[in-house]
Amino acid sequence: MPSRRDLLGHSARIATLLAAAGLLPERARAQGSSYPSAAFEAKTMADVMKALGAGAPTESKDVTITAPDIAENGAVVPVGASTGLAGVRRILILVEKNPAMLSAMFNVTDAVEPSFSTRVKMDQSSNVYAVAMMSDGRVLFAHKEVRVTLGGCAG
Amino acid sequence: MSEPTRIRAQAGADKATVRMLMTHEMESGQRKDASGKVIPAWFIREVSVQLNGKPVMTAQWGPAVSKNPFLQFTIKGAKAGDKLTVSWVDNRGDRRSDEATIA
Repeated sequence: MPSRRDLLGHSARIATLLAAAGLLPERARAQGSSYPSAAFEAKTMADVMKALGAGAPTESKDVTITAPDIAENGAVVPVGASTGLAGVRRILILVEKNPAMLSAMFNVTDAVEPSFSTRVKMDQSSNVYAVAMMSDGRVLFAHKEVRVTLGGCAG
Repeated sequence: MSEPTRIRAQAGADKATVRMLMTHEMESGQRKDASGKVIPAWFIREVSVQLNGKPVMTAQWGPAVSKNPFLQFTIKGAKAGDKLTVSWVDNRGDRRSDEATIA
């Protein structure tokens, strides 16, 4: 009979192996939450989509991004992302030239409109993206260039 | 201890517009202090909103969301008198939950 101590040590080792192999569900890795750490560390759009298990995004007129042409203060840039389409699963806001591209992700239910406004920090002038991830698997985006007079990450 | 989230929710014809301001440092993890040491990131990771106890939206944020985060969105079918609960958890595990009534 293996002792309780042995069993515990054993399962801990297996969990470590699974985690190393990327087999444990996201939920278990992020200490009981579903926070997608890999997506928030990704440097490119392709990596963000890969981390979220989504396909390559296509540009769409049905997605709207609201952002200023020139942001005087990169620490507070108002950005809105919305779409008139039905069947939206997630809305994402991304800043291309930030240290990590993904800024915010909103999980949409039937009870809310797929339209969110927030404020983000921008390190430098950059393209800002609104991405709508649809329940049928389509990934649609719109982008806009925002000029930043004063950076908001390191300042 | 964290400060309360300021929530304003206004009912329209068949929906309610919700605006909120959370109080949080949202430290980016990019800045350095006077001695050149990186100030560790400290930010709200997850936000969840409930209408009369039923979840209507959740959000996951990175450290690029601005200090004292602002969020605006619209809840369909919400009316004056409905109760709104806004909760957040940051990357240190601190959490806070605030309530407001739709006006």
